[in-house]
Amino acid sequence: MSQQKSITRTRAGSFSEWYASGQPWVWFTGGAVALSGLMVVGLLALIAIRGLGHFWPAPIIEAVYVEPGEAPRPLIAQLGYSETVSTARLQSAGIPVDGDQEFYERRLVKVANRDVYGADFRYLLDDWIQQRTTPETLSVFERLEWGDLYGYLISVSEHGEPIAGEGDDLWSVFKTRHARARDLYHQIEHIQEGAIGSVNYELEQLRLRQRRLELENRVTDEALARIQQERDTLNAEYRALQQELDALNAAIERDSITVRVQNEQTVTVSLAEVVRGYRPNAMSLLGKLRFYFAKIWEFVSDDPREANTEGGVFPAIFGTVLMVMLMSVFVTPFGVVAALYLREYAKQGVVTRVIRIAVNNLAGVPSIVYGVFGLGFFVYALGGSIDQLFFPAALPSPTFGTGGIFWASLTLALLTLPVVIVSTEEGLARIPRSLREASLALGATKAETLWKIVLPMSSPAMMTGLILAIARAAGEVAPLMLVGVVKLAPSLPLDGNFPYLHLDRKFMHLGFHIYDVGFQSPNVEAARPLVYATALLLVLVIVILNLAAVRIRNRLRERYRALEH
Amino acid sequence: MEQTSRGKHPGLDKDDRAGSDRLIQWRYFKDRMATVAVGIGGIGVLVAILLIFFYLAWVVLPLFAPASMDKVAEYADPIGEPALLLSVEEQAEVATHVGTDGRVRYFDVLTGELRGESRIPIPEGASIASFDQIDSNRGVFGLLLDNGGLVVVKEVHQIRFDDQGRRVVSSLDFPYGEDPIETGLGEVRSLDVRVSPESLLIAAAMPDGRIELIRYVQEVGLFGGSGELTADEQAALRLDLPPDQRIERLLLDPAENWLHVLTDAGEVVTTNIRRLGRPERLGPVTVAGDGAHVVDARYLNGGISLLVTTSDGRITQLFPVRDEGAGWRLQKVREFEAPGEAMVSALDIEQRRRGFVAADAEGRVAIYYATSHRQLLNEAVMDGPIADIALAPRADRLLVTSRDGQVSVYDVHNEHPEVSLSSLWGKVWYESYPEPDYVWQSSSATSDFEPKFSLMPLSFGTLKAAFYAMLFAMPLAICGAIYTAYFMSPELRQIVKPTIEIMEALPTVILGFLAGLWLAPVLELNMPGAFLLILMLPLAIPLSGFLWTRFPASIRHRVPDGWVPALLIPVVVFIGWLAFALSRPVEAALFGGSMPLWLNNEMGITYDQRNALVVGLAMGFAVIPTIFSIAEDAVFSVPKQLSQGSLALGATPWQTLVRVVLPTASPGMFSAVMIGMGRAVGETMIVLMATGNTPIMDMSIFQGMRTLSANIAVEMPESEVGSTHFRLLFLSGLVLFLFTFFFNTLAEVVRQRLRRKYSTL
Repeated sequence: MSQQKSITRTRAGSFSEWYASGQPWVWFTGGAVALSGLMVVGLLALIAIRGLGHFWPAPIIEAVYVEPGEAPRPLIAQLGYSETVSTARLQSAGIPVDGDQEFYERRLVKVANRDVYGADFRYLLDDWIQQRTTPETLSVFERLEWGDLYGYLISVSEHGEPIAGEGDDLWSVFKTRHARARDLYHQIEHIQEGAIGSVNYELEQLRLRQRRLELENRVTDEALARIQQERDTLNAEYRALQQELDALNAAIERDSITVRVQNEQTVTVSLAEVVRGYRPNAMSLLGKLRFYFAKIWEFVSDDPREANTEGGVFPAIFGTVLMVMLMSVFVTPFGVVAALYLREYAKQGVVTRVIRIAVNNLAGVPSIVYGVFGLGFFVYALGGSIDQLFFPAALPSPTFGTGGIFWASLTLALLTLPVVIVSTEEGLARIPRSLREASLALGATKAETLWKIVLPMSSPAMMTGLILAIARAAGEVAPLMLVGVVKLAPSLPLDGNFPYLHLDRKFMHLGFHIYDVGFQSPNVEAARPLVYATALLLVLVIVILNLAAVRIRNRLRERYRALEH
Repeated sequence: MEQTSRGKHPGLDKDDRAGSDRLIQWRYFKDRMATVAVGIGGIGVLVAILLIFFYLAWVVLPLFAPASMDKVAEYADPIGEPALLLSVEEQAEVATHVGTDGRVRYFDVLTGELRGESRIPIPEGASIASFDQIDSNRGVFGLLLDNGGLVVVKEVHQIRFDDQGRRVVSSLDFPYGEDPIETGLGEVRSLDVRVSPESLLIAAAMPDGRIELIRYVQEVGLFGGSGELTADEQAALRLDLPPDQRIERLLLDPAENWLHVLTDAGEVVTTNIRRLGRPERLGPVTVAGDGAHVVDARYLNGGISLLVTTSDGRITQLFPVRDEGAGWRLQKVREFEAPGEAMVSALDIEQRRRGFVAADAEGRVAIYYATSHRQLLNEAVMDGPIADIALAPRADRLLVTSRDGQVSVYDVHNEHPEVSLSSLWGKVWYESYPEPDYVWQSSSATSDFEPKFSLMPLSFGTLKAAFYAMLFAMPLAICGAIYTAYFMSPELRQIVKPTIEIMEALPTVILGFLAGLWLAPVLELNMPGAFLLILMLPLAIPLSGFLWTRFPASIRHRVPDGWVPALLIPVVVFIGWLAFALSRPVEAALFGGSMPLWLNNEMGITYDQRNALVVGLAMGFAVIPTIFSIAEDAVFSVPKQLSQGSLALGATPWQTLVRVVLPTASPGMFSAVMIGMGRAVGETMIVLMATGNTPIMDMSIFQGMRTLSANIAVEMPESEVGSTHFRLLFLSGLVLFLFTFFFNTLAEVVRQRLRRKYSTL
């Protein structure tokens, strides 16, 4: 606002004069803006730093932990964040600290080796961690189970017999053998999830077919024989796959490594169990960067491991995207038709005004209410009836009578319908009257005018509405918890088995993943960095979508400004 | 369109013209179809939206539907003898009639046809002296013979599938053997027996006023078989009753803690029999009026509440509650009105819930529910006095026999007796609670638990969370909106406004996660810092404004108008750093090193890590963009000529804002606050993650809460479809829906008014 004689121009005067001018209040309101802005930036920065920092290969230290009154203990750990804690608090937690010092630095360290020590994170007092060194040969092994393993690689064995080699030689032996094991691991995974998965799926379909015949009283010997024949073929296929799998499993178990951990103890791990081995203290900057991006890629493209605390979030990304796409398919036509009706066909008056207010307000109805409705109406009422009518063979286990991606996307479509209606209506209202009148004057019918003139011109508005709807749906969790999201879905809702898109399946979702891993996970410290990373991913998706919507809206406004004049 | 114009051109042949006519018709047809299709589609979508409301209401309504009974059968009493016990089994198909001579007859509930007969073995020459229904849930009863023998009998009803289809086969079982247990008791005034897997406890009121208590222990054989019963403890109690009172009825509670003695003067005296050597007496409590006497007394399901009917038409519920000290007292909790004027002649207890049925001597039957203190139904079912009633275990069928030999069978529809307006919103005295209270506790590990459905703690939690969120968000958002709309330079505004608006789309699950896992521990460690920040910021900001006027003009003039927030960013950052740097020294100096501990020890305030402060901050963060965006629009769209006029008359910018702009924009600000409030009330994920989700009623900022929405998210997946709990969760949803819908509509109407007002200005 230019008309204000702002603070910056105020003549230097006494405080009371300055106070009387109301300037303190102006600064006060300005402070509110500054604080809000800082909070927004701080929040995003917090998520970004914590989320992205996790993947960086932090150094591992070897040190001695000297606790008063106890023998010094060796320590191999990765240092986490630290916080200043008063002595009183530490004493009340039962830690034998010296009362002379008022504050201590308490540090979270990751000691890993959960199978050896029981817990992989520990809070230690920084002052007591002494004689820190970062030996280059300290290695980290990510495992399929029990989390990371920190220690010194002392031998690589084939069928339990150690292979010669030491130092860097040993490490390169490990590298080559580990590459072989990973290769085998991927083959096994491919067979297990791909081939065996689809054989099992077809076997289940056969069982349902037979059950359906029984229910409809159409069981004939011929039909049974045919089913049995198909089943035999599938079983033979299954046995062949199983044999192949057994061979691969035997091959992958060939090698193992032995690692010395902090108490001179050794741990032997099969190479099949090792996802990745690296020596962070020996890495060059380039190596660290390469490692960093490989980890980020793993995060977005891999399946979760260890109760979702390790690995990636690919199924959650997939589930979120698919659910949002399905929702768009439902919400766009219905939202546009409703807006067309309200704006172009319905007689404008009190009724349309009331409807407009109601639709507007539905956007403010708590999302959990939509979840309740979705569960009661879609899942139990509609889904239950669909099961009775079309899937009696699978009963009593429900097909559509339980939460699934179809019901979830329908529920969210209902939730975002007001957004699309309001946005489309706004777009329709912005189209100049003269354009419509010109079209009608040329002899076009109303439908033709709408289809050829009005709708194409308002398409950016619809697009805006849809993008806003997607942004809202992608971040919504509460209703999904009731209508079909799960912490770990056994299979994706889209796969190679006919009919390819399985609308009845449960799915994973980024937002729910955050809630589940952050709050239901047994190992919160291990899960926390991944939650930050997931949150960052979700924020990025939503901010980008919103920015896109804003840009489209602005461009649209420019276009009509040109038309109006 | 090209074709149409050519069609109208003269000189073309007829075929072409006919073709163009068809085309025009086809186009008009398409137009009409489009109108119809859009109409149907549009109305359909709008109806679908309305469906949400109607569906929620449709699920909730049965909660408030009254109970009802339909007569399904009527026939002459197939046995025609008085019964010691009349009961109906689980499937509500077979009724059991225990006669005074030890004959047990079964008849079909719907037709009255006799299904079979069993006989309780009574030794030659003995007869039944006393009867006690030991455990109605498991169909166990006891008979004391006049020779002192006690027979414990269990009804067994099994479903069999054979060539006749599905049928119920009834028989008797004798858990302690067919031979009577020798008790040595002769004639008794009243008898009560309790059985548990390892023992058998008998209480008998003797004619001379003594009470005999005998405990038998059953030795369990090494290989699981049950062995001999041996008398373990025996004690005689003597209650010093006034000379004119006699014992009318004895009742032992299933946990074998209490012995209730009902006297003929309508008094209840309770004795703690945990230690037979030192019995502790509670009472007497008077349940009957003058001259009235006790008719019947039973335990409600769960074995805590005692129900006593008296001849003056009262039904009283009592249970022992803990006194302020360590002691107990017997508390008269509720009184129910008898079905009619006449005396209550029969009483039966629901086996799964805290309900009961009473019938009177004039043929009226009433259904009650204890927890909600309701009489759900009151109907005249017989012309004459009712002799006996038997309620099926699932409480879905009621068998009524009259003294004149008629039997009527009713189907009872009474799905949700636990709910009434007073039990949802008022204080209820629940079993074993020291006083009436608001409690939400929908489920528990045991099946005979009394569900506690008070919506008060949840609504309170919802409003508490919203209150603290608004406390944080309102000043920030409104002040920010005022500055952004009125003082800020346009360039800065173009950055600030979209940034804050994008935050509106930030998923609340992220805010909740940060609040629960990051903010809550940080606040716990830095509490003094947080409070210092709240104190220091409002002081530091105007102060830095004043100091700015002391800066050399050359520096001041380099900063354009309306960039105050940018100037303040370093100030806010510095104050924030200072507050948290001072946090620990202040904590050490004033609070002994730990503020949560200090609060707990010195002030007696419990500190939860996930508390209202955390929720207020996180949810405030979530609603700031909502309030900001609407309030900013409201201030910004105040017509410029108003403020310019004011400024031209010599008012300062602040005076103009306060006296001219804000009054004009205030309805818009109001609607902004309403919409923000609606969002705070319905928010789920933040409260789910940042509170402990305990349904307590405490306004303390350092304690958590449970809100309606979080409650739905927590309990809905486990709720049984169609149960009271399920419908109550729908009711919570409906309440949220109506609440937010109401406030949003209010806000919207105010906004539309405002918009019209501006357009006239």
